[in-house]
Amino acid sequence: MKLKQTLIVTTAIAGLAGPALAQDQVLNVLDWGGAYGQSHQVAYNKPFEEKTGIRVVVSDADNPATPIKAMVQAGNVTADVASVEYADAVRLCDEGMLEEIDPAILTPAPDGAAAEEDFIEGAVTDCFVATDVYSMVLAYDDSKFPDAKPAAAADFFDTAKFPGKRTLRKGAKFNLELALMADGVAPDQVYEVLSTPEGVDQAFAKLDTIKNDVIWWEAGAQPPQLLADGEVTMAFAFNGRIFNAAMEEGKPFEIIWDGQIYEMEGWVVPKGAPNKDNAMQYIAFTTEAPQLAKAAEQISYGPPRTSASALVGNIAGKDQPMGPHLPTSPENLDLGLGSDLDFWVDHDGELSERFNAWLAG
Amino acid sequence: MATPLDPHAAIVTHAAGQGAAAEARPNAQGVLLTTADGQPLARALTRSRRRARRQAFLLVLPLLAFVLITFVVPIGQMLQRSAKNPGFSDNMPQVSAWFDENPRGAVPDEAAFAALAADMAAAAEARTVGIVGTRINYELPGTRSLFTSTGRKVARGIEPPHREALLEMDPRWADEELWTAMRNASTPYTSSFYLAALDRTRDSAGDVARVPENRQVYVMLFQRTLWLSLLITGLTFVLGFPVAHLLATLPMRRSNLLMILVLLPFWTSLLVRTTAWIVLLQQQGVVNDALVWLGLIGEQGRLQMIYNQTGTIIAMTHILLPFMILPLYSVMRTINPSYVRAARSLGATSWTAFRRIYFPQTLPGLGAGALLVFILAVGYYITPALVGGSSGQLISNMIAMHMTETLNWSMAAALAALLLAGVLILYWLYDRLVGIDNLKLG
Repeated sequence: MKLKQTLIVTTAIAGLAGPALAQDQVLNVLDWGGAYGQSHQVAYNKPFEEKTGIRVVVSDADNPATPIKAMVQAGNVTADVASVEYADAVRLCDEGMLEEIDPAILTPAPDGAAAEEDFIEGAVTDCFVATDVYSMVLAYDDSKFPDAKPAAAADFFDTAKFPGKRTLRKGAKFNLELALMADGVAPDQVYEVLSTPEGVDQAFAKLDTIKNDVIWWEAGAQPPQLLADGEVTMAFAFNGRIFNAAMEEGKPFEIIWDGQIYEMEGWVVPKGAPNKDNAMQYIAFTTEAPQLAKAAEQISYGPPRTSASALVGNIAGKDQPMGPHLPTSPENLDLGLGSDLDFWVDHDGELSERFNAWLAG
Repeated sequence: MATPLDPHAAIVTHAAGQGAAAEARPNAQGVLLTTADGQPLARALTRSRRRARRQAFLLVLPLLAFVLITFVVPIGQMLQRSAKNPGFSDNMPQVSAWFDENPRGAVPDEAAFAALAADMAAAAEARTVGIVGTRINYELPGTRSLFTSTGRKVARGIEPPHREALLEMDPRWADEELWTAMRNASTPYTSSFYLAALDRTRDSAGDVARVPENRQVYVMLFQRTLWLSLLITGLTFVLGFPVAHLLATLPMRRSNLLMILVLLPFWTSLLVRTTAWIVLLQQQGVVNDALVWLGLIGEQGRLQMIYNQTGTIIAMTHILLPFMILPLYSVMRTINPSYVRAARSLGATSWTAFRRIYFPQTLPGLGAGALLVFILAVGYYITPALVGGSSGQLISNMIAMHMTETLNWSMAAALAALLLAGVLILYWLYDRLVGIDNLKLG
């Protein structure tokens, strides 16, 4: 947050002082902040400013989808481009709150393959272009399990074999899928089962088995902290947060890719954005393979383009390859489950209510 | 009546000072009372009073405008959403008209399906079909994608008969519940969100019914919020009263030192204080470590003091304590100690003197403190979110969830309106029982 503000200020000063930068051209980006926003700063914003002379002004939100809705409804749109989760992008797009993005603006892959072929399935929709794939993964503190190591979703629910508290995100999404996978449902059948009332009951019944051992987290920074404090021995959290704690702070955290649930996030343009042309230019530039690969080196979220995956090199500042740590690496992707957007858009309200009633009861 | 600050007094004095003593009681003789420059006094008075009023108004104008623009208008707009959601009626005008013409219970005919098809095609074109689907999804979960997918298909073209064509696209269009949901949403003003906020819903016959037990949550959370807020208010009183008394009676130098101890946490960021409690109270935290080290509890018996209701109560009591101490302190400072001494000299025991003489005089401060703490506690959500676990969640956490996660602002507004109504009722009760004039904030 602090760093981001500093960056905004320095960017603003650079914009005023630097003769290379055009005074009148700006682009307002609404981002998430934190390590994720930082990766955008390095891989996207700086190179974009250097290339085009358009000043990038970043502001942060806990979830940029909320301010977009507020801005468009109030008729006072101040953001040109925003980073949102896939489900929110589709929802906002259906509600007419986003500008459509013409896929023709996207740059072809370095080998000449058309952009539509190069992006993974679902990464480019009417109003949305993906920048990365993140996932919810199981993670554990290696020092707490000296002998047998947990290896699958079922182990997360086995507090006899792997003692200690767990931490789960406070919400229905991701947890219900995890519970079903731990209960033996194959990943490709999870949403089919969850669409039936019996399937929902089954998921809640499985969650019931560890309800008293769970600390619920809300902010992405909480799970690594809870693991580090020894409050919990296992966590179900965003892979990037766990990776950062393990890599940069040297914590003995291990990630279990089995049972990972991945989802995309990316750029959208709010309806009535003041600098729409700049926004389109920015989206086209940032989703070029080299930029996507550079962002993936900063934080362990996978690029949504085949050509970009091939370009990902070492972890920034280290001489280990980033590849195996990405949710999109082939061996990890096979173990996981893609979050079903249609299912959640339809059932989010209902299952959230049920989850809250279950939690409070 | 005429204080030295009263502008009328100046004029009267002025008039008298001009040696107009004969005119001082003129009405009996029918002589008009005038000021020094010969104007009728009544008019001069009115004018000066009007000027004073205008000046006073101009002074408060910036604040008034600020409150109006940043507080009253947005809150009013937000509250309006709780009863008004035109998502369906605005974007599906023909179907809404059909509902108007046909009474509840009418079986949807070909005209209804034709209206539906036309509206869907227009909504898909205008990219508003998602708004329509979202609105119906609030009434009947699981229907949003029905609208978006049918919208896409209808936009590609639809041939009469519309009923068969739509059922071909998705058999759910024949569902009676779906048509009930659409009827409920076909007017912009609705009570659905208030009903939902009270764990109620409207069934196909239009009667109010309870939602299934595994989805009932709000009433329980309202009760919990009320109970915890009262408990926290009580705790701050029990803890804060002796401290405030000590502050008010100690010699200035030592009480100042104590005051800093009260104010220091008050000036510290809310998040820092909440996080500090996490560090202290968690199972691997300072308090548990100390207890284990002292041998009072075993390694396996570490106490769960946070991520549950206990955590919420402890952290919120601590955070809200200054709001109780400060008004109590300011009132206690003004209490003349000779009253209690007089009571004692007349034979009252120290308890009687406290109960009959001292305590009643602290009531204005106590009332202000209790009201402040209670109202703040009712709306607290960051602290319960961080330390409350599942059993320490309050209704405000649900409001926040609907604002930022499900983006169902109408629901958030309905919950907030009920909470506001509850607080206003309690405020009214307080006024009736204690009297709001009897309030002293400092």
